[in-house]
Amino acid sequence: MADVNRGNRPLSPHLQIYRLPMTAKLSILHRITGAGMTLGALLVVWRLVAGAVSPEASATADAWITSWLGNLVMLGCLWALMYHALNGMRHLWWDIGRGFDLQFTEKANYAVLGGSVVLTLLVVILIR
Amino acid sequence: MAFKTDYARVHGLGSAHEGAGHWWGQRLSSIALILLTPLFVIPFGRALGNGHEALVATYSGWGHAFVAVAFILVACWHLGQGLQVVIEDYVPQKGLRTGLLVANTLVAWALAAAGVLAVATILFRG
Repeated sequence: MADVNRGNRPLSPHLQIYRLPMTAKLSILHRITGAGMTLGALLVVWRLVAGAVSPEASATADAWITSWLGNLVMLGCLWALMYHALNGMRHLWWDIGRGFDLQFTEKANYAVLGGSVVLTLLVVILIR
Repeated sequence: MAFKTDYARVHGLGSAHEGAGHWWGQRLSSIALILLTPLFVIPFGRALGNGHEALVATYSGWGHAFVAVAFILVACWHLGQGLQVVIEDYVPQKGLRTGLLVANTLVAWALAAAGVLAVATILFRG
């Protein structure tokens, strides 16, 4: 009996060829979006500080941040923020010891990704 | 497994010397940010691209100014906490690691101070 299943058993992760599950990739994305938003935080504080310093500095900051490059960075940060917030809520759910079964996790993967895109578009519509 | 008594394992609040304080703080700040993020992002985004007057109009009222100060404080705290974990995970060299951790915390609080002072200035100058 001991060898009936030989060759068809799950192997322990072989790190160099191991294909990360989507949940693991999204966990790494959580960290990347979090660290990446440092740039967004600097831009937001720049805009506020410039607004306090002088009307000229304020106009300059506003123009830079809403240039095509600025808009691209801010849109990326907005999506990162929405993703990080939604996935963060899932992490809080995990932290209280729930949502560890694979069915929930796989569904939540798509919910978090899809939700982040939807929320990003919603915010863009709300602020235009 | 080292031969340690239970007391020795927890003495000095464990290997990080701060117990669960950092972990708990990250959760606390993230819960606060769930509420503060939409409250800050919408008015800030509305004023963005509409010049100096729109910014002043937004933050010369107590409501938006209060939300902005709360968001900036908690977001900078959360950002510092998150980057601290990233540094601890990826920078093993002791000197560099300590230096980055110090710089990270100081920059996070400096960013918070600058943001709060800016909003306060706009609020009180009207």
